[in-house]
Amino acid sequence: MKYLKQFGIILLVTCIGELIRYFVPLPIPGSIYGLVLMFVLLCAHVIKLEDVRAGAGFLIEIMPVMFIPAAVGLMDSWTDVKPILVPMIVIPIVTTVIVMAVTGIVAQKIIEGGKH
Amino acid sequence: MNEIFASSATIGVVISLLGYYAGVLLKKKFRSALINPLLIAIALTLGFLLLFKVEYSSYSSSAKYLSWLLTPATVSLAIPLYVEIDRLKKNIKAILISIFVGCIVSMGSILVLSMLFGFTHAQYVTFLPKSITTAIGMSVAEELGGLVPVAVAAIIITGICGNVIAEGLLKAIHVTDPVAKGLAIGTSSHAIGTSKAMEIGEVEGAMSSLSIVTAGIITVVGANIFAMFL
Repeated sequence: MKYLKQFGIILLVTCIGELIRYFVPLPIPGSIYGLVLMFVLLCAHVIKLEDVRAGAGFLIEIMPVMFIPAAVGLMDSWTDVKPILVPMIVIPIVTTVIVMAVTGIVAQKIIEGGKH
Repeated sequence: MNEIFASSATIGVVISLLGYYAGVLLKKKFRSALINPLLIAIALTLGFLLLFKVEYSSYSSSAKYLSWLLTPATVSLAIPLYVEIDRLKKNIKAILISIFVGCIVSMGSILVLSMLFGFTHAQYVTFLPKSITTAIGMSVAEELGGLVPVAVAAIIITGICGNVIAEGLLKAIHVTDPVAKGLAIGTSSHAIGTSKAMEIGEVEGAMSSLSIVTAGIITVVGANIFAMFL
């Protein structure tokens, strides 16, 4: 029963997140409402950590493979992407390097500053 | 082969998993951060489909349960975040400032590069939300008048890029604090990067998850402002 309960709770919160998405006219997906709701329910002790921890751990561990179908789906956008192939490769690489470096350095500087 | 894929509910999942497993084995063998199992899985699956002339729709119908798991998996990211709640409270200033700066730098650098490439307004706004999670990013691009399929492609390429470079880049620039590492990965490359942050460590994963939500919200507002600049 352990995994049934765990997966059941996660799906229930996911479902409520999708319902919120249905009623709130913002460009925010149900998964994000669900994430915030799950966090709030854990903080309020409505959901016990041990009742979702193992199920969530399993889903998070296998998460990388969940992106494979969407990425392979890029083969269907080839006609849209082809005319701008160079910027399509250059922009993501350059900006990801810059954003990751700047965010990391800023965060680390503030954290180190707080320790002194 | 196309018909086998179209009529099976598992073969697409199996091919994807085998591709990922091949990537994991290669990474183990060569012990290099440059070998990324996700990237190898995508390349092998793509190669397989092209070789056997399988259409994407047939593959998708037999691999859709993998994608289906993404929503509950994203909700599950709240759990490591809750486990690390003390660290979250303690570092709240660093978290908010660095994610905010990261989002502005992201959109600012896209503005500059769009000018360099001579982009039209529609092309520029397509790229603006590319560092945030797919579902938010594609609706932002759509709302601003961008090209949705290209926006999705840019978001996915960004995520894969973050997943591939995270370990090497952060090491090279001496970002060693686990909180800072997580924030850097999540702000630059959303959920695909976060799956790498989870592998690095629980603190990194939790902070990366937090960045997906925070950067997503900042970018929804920020993209509307940045859209006026080109």
